[in-house]
Amino acid sequence: MTELGQLSLYLVTAAMTCYLIATVTFAIDLSRRVASAPSRVREPQLVAAGAPAEAAGSATADAAALPPATPVNGAARTNAGGAAEPATGSGDAAGPTQVRRRAAAIGMSTFVLGALFLLIGIVLRGIAAGRVPWANMYEFTMVAVFVASALFLGIQRRRDVRYLGTFISLLAVLALFLALTVLYTDPAAVQPALQSYWLAIHVSIASSAMGVFAVAATTSVLQLVKDRAEHRGTAGRLAAKLPTADSLERLSYRINAVGFVLWTFVLISGSIWAEHAWGRFWGWDPKEVWSFVIWVVYAAYLHARSTRGWEGRRAAWFSIIGFVSILVNYYVVNFFFSSLHSYSGV
Amino acid sequence: MRYRPEGLAGEPEVEESGEDGTPDGAARDGEARDGEAARASATAAPSAPASNTATATLTPTATATGDQLARWGAREWLRWMWRQLTSMRVALLLLLLLAVAALPGAFFPQRPQTPEKVAQYYLDHPDLAPVLERFGLFDVYASPWFAAVYLLLFVSLVGCIVPRAIDHVRTLREPPPRAPRRFSRFPVRDAFVTTSTRDDVVASATTALKPYRVRREEARGVVTLSAERGYLREAGNITFHLALVGLLVSVAYGSLVHYRGQVIVVEGETFANSRIAYDSFDAGTWFAADSLDPFRMQLDSFTAEFDETTGAAKDFTASVTVTEPDGEPTAATIKVNHPLRVGGANVYLMGNGFAPRVQVRDASGALAFSGAVPFIPQNDATYESRGVIKVADTTTGTQIGLNGWLLPTAVVDADANAFSISPYPDDPALVLDVWSGDLGLDDGVPQNVYQLDTDGLTQVTQQTTADDGTETTEPVRVVVRPGETVDLPDGLGTITFEDLPRYVGLDLRYDPTLGFVLTFALLALGGLAGSLFLPRRRVFVRVGADDAGRTVVTAAALARGDDPGLDRELQRVLTPLRSGPGSGDAPPTQSPGSTA
Ligand code: HEM
Repeated sequence: MTELGQLSLYLVTAAMTCYLIATVTFAIDLSRRVASAPSRVREPQLVAAGAPAEAAGSATADAAALPPATPVNGAARTNAGGAAEPATGSGDAAGPTQVRRRAAAIGMSTFVLGALFLLIGIVLRGIAAGRVPWANMYEFTMVAVFVASALFLGIQRRRDVRYLGTFISLLAVLALFLALTVLYTDPAAVQPALQSYWLAIHVSIASSAMGVFAVAATTSVLQLVKDRAEHRGTAGRLAAKLPTADSLERLSYRINAVGFVLWTFVLISGSIWAEHAWGRFWGWDPKEVWSFVIWVVYAAYLHARSTRGWEGRRAAWFSIIGFVSILVNYYVVNFFFSSLHSYSGV
Repeated sequence: MRYRPEGLAGEPEVEESGEDGTPDGAARDGEARDGEAARASATAAPSAPASNTATATLTPTATATGDQLARWGAREWLRWMWRQLTSMRVALLLLLLLAVAALPGAFFPQRPQTPEKVAQYYLDHPDLAPVLERFGLFDVYASPWFAAVYLLLFVSLVGCIVPRAIDHVRTLREPPPRAPRRFSRFPVRDAFVTTSTRDDVVASATTALKPYRVRREEARGVVTLSAERGYLREAGNITFHLALVGLLVSVAYGSLVHYRGQVIVVEGETFANSRIAYDSFDAGTWFAADSLDPFRMQLDSFTAEFDETTGAAKDFTASVTVTEPDGEPTAATIKVNHPLRVGGANVYLMGNGFAPRVQVRDASGALAFSGAVPFIPQNDATYESRGVIKVADTTTGTQIGLNGWLLPTAVVDADANAFSISPYPDDPALVLDVWSGDLGLDDGVPQNVYQLDTDGLTQVTQQTTADDGTETTEPVRVVVRPGETVDLPDGLGTITFEDLPRYVGLDLRYDPTLGFVLTFALLALGGLAGSLFLPRRRVFVRVGADDAGRTVVTAAALARGDDPGLDRELQRVLTPLRSGPGSGDAPPTQSPGSTA
């Protein structure tokens, strides 16, 4: 039992080390200068929208409506057409030949390795404790980091988002460091209030939602960076590596939409569990207050996206504020507010 | 900068809509924005005087002149206010306000949740507390300003969603809107020639468009299919919002008719469900006494299990026998996460502890007190528990108060400190201080049964002489174990520790709306998922012939919101149309749309 717990601890530490290496190598990749002439090589799945029509060359008068050839860093903002996304950013990002992105490849491999170590570490921890491995803050953190990693890898399979790599890895390193140094507790059974299959459901979804929102918030931050660059017409090395703010916005939205549905489910399942355990489904306990606030912030985010004058940059701030509230809810509330949700050993 | 692609969705329509004459679906899709824009310009005039953040950003395109404003009567102003209230921007601001308004409850102690902390706050901040009180900050979620925010939000929601729902129903009844004349401004489009005949192409297009609702039109030899799917996306959005209203109404109704009571039941004792049986009871304003089903419940036994090494609690189980008014006694169990449903109410296991059964005889030997006294555990691992025994009915007139500890497995160390080393009652002992005098029970002031009001009492003490000759005055401690009878000091009488039953703290809660609350919550979840993940798509396929007599197909697709799969979807529809022998992707010389 304890040996498994110990092994799990080693694996998590190894995972943190992998993420650290990934952070550095991804950062090296980002800091490489982009070749001055953008490569026109597009990734296959990105040939979307306008392309066939372009070939079809329908009425010449319409040609003007097609997205213009896109310069590096998208200084000329394309119109909002769906065609904007494929041609622009990822084109830049994938532009320089593969050789130049060896750092990114190393980053990806170590990242995958880290996620794998983490997964095995989580599983062993569960076996050691004889229950699901997400019952205290140390374990929540591991699950959230793993879900964020898996999400990043999942998106990466569909399109090139390696520009996110260094940021996700850095978050993972920080979170795991916090988990190992401050939050660590030995694997043990849980108190009666936590013995319920709702523990398995509610808490796992809550931790996953945290991982999902983390990726979305990271994307939103990059969106703001890129947006600034686009507005100034100059781009630093980082901004030059990023797709258009528009495209980052859509990516962030898609992730946040998933996160919001998960979070809605977290509130519902938490209420059912609270009803069973405490005899009331909602009691405005500090943890519940924060969870509610988070939900409202993300609802506001989704609204902002369809409100004239609030889409884009302002909506991105909502996505970031939402994630900050999540961090407060997980780390600050558990330590500094007295709450029914005080989990066993931290 | 335009972030949302559906801004474009409206554009081809805007060009064409005059010609189409049919209700314009894309404009409808974009209503949140386009409707808003229309409103914005229509309402820009009054926004200038009212310079709040919401309206100040409106584009002042249709600035009204001063006398136009002056001519606005109450009706216009009301209409204007309603429009503002139901606009997306105000909804957004109200949502933000709701988030901000909910936060103080996490920072200040709340009376319904933690009344003792509010009292403490008054002691710690005597100047600030009354101010906070005035603004309702000790009961945020029942405060008028919090209610104002969410009620406004829900009025806005209804005003916004109901017209949208009506609109959507109308959309469902009508065929999909006409296709625009030209597809050139759609980012997702295609065009090719094929050797199949026009009718074959139309037939296979119709098959491929199975999941869609299709409008077919034919003019001058050109067939146009206009197809739409994903009506559930909008329906989901409407369901989500209306379910939130249902949720609010259910919760509000529940808080009016609910009741909730707390009671302590000792092993072997029976609780009868009636208002007076509860140690504490609260109910909503519309609570009706007949919702208290008069069942009886006996606590047969209670078992607690603890982890061998850590001492942490592992399992609590209460075994009870429930007798409904018209029924046989039935056995049941209650666990921490498994409430018992009885008489329309849920019974929750909220606490447990030991209730030593004692007898106290006064100086004359008369029985002055007999009963099981619940002691409250102070330590989850050792169950060291505090409690008070109040002996009021003495024949001598001097009342006796005993307070102190119950130690389930008592150990007394060299310094005469007593403590418990296990939560199991392996070697229990009561360690009590003794007070005599007036318990203050007759003042009419309600007393906490777990606290001794020592104002009218004096503690029984004794002089001890240490080895070095110094004398100290110490309280007299009485230690008594099960089965023992021990003399109380100063000839006050005797105490007998008979046995050590356990007790449970039960919470009974009756709320007939729980089912509705859950249903609406799940409806909201389902609606939300639908509105975020179901694609709403339109596909247009036009089939005609070019000058050379070849069959020409042009097609375009349009989506509401972000839809990364749109292009793939168009290709899915078009692929079967290309398969005629000898057909190819050679661009047609002319699009049939423009020949038509
Ligand atoms: C209790 C408060 C509210 C919450 C929690 C809420 C939540 C949401 C959410 C999560 C969405 C995203 C769904 C989607 O994008 O399809 C949404 C969309 C929408 N909401 Fe609300 N909402 C609230 C109040 C309102 C109010 C007051 C209005 C009207 C003024 C409103 C109008 C809309 C509209 C029109 C959409 C669709 C936006 C679009 O199609 O892009 N909502 N709401």
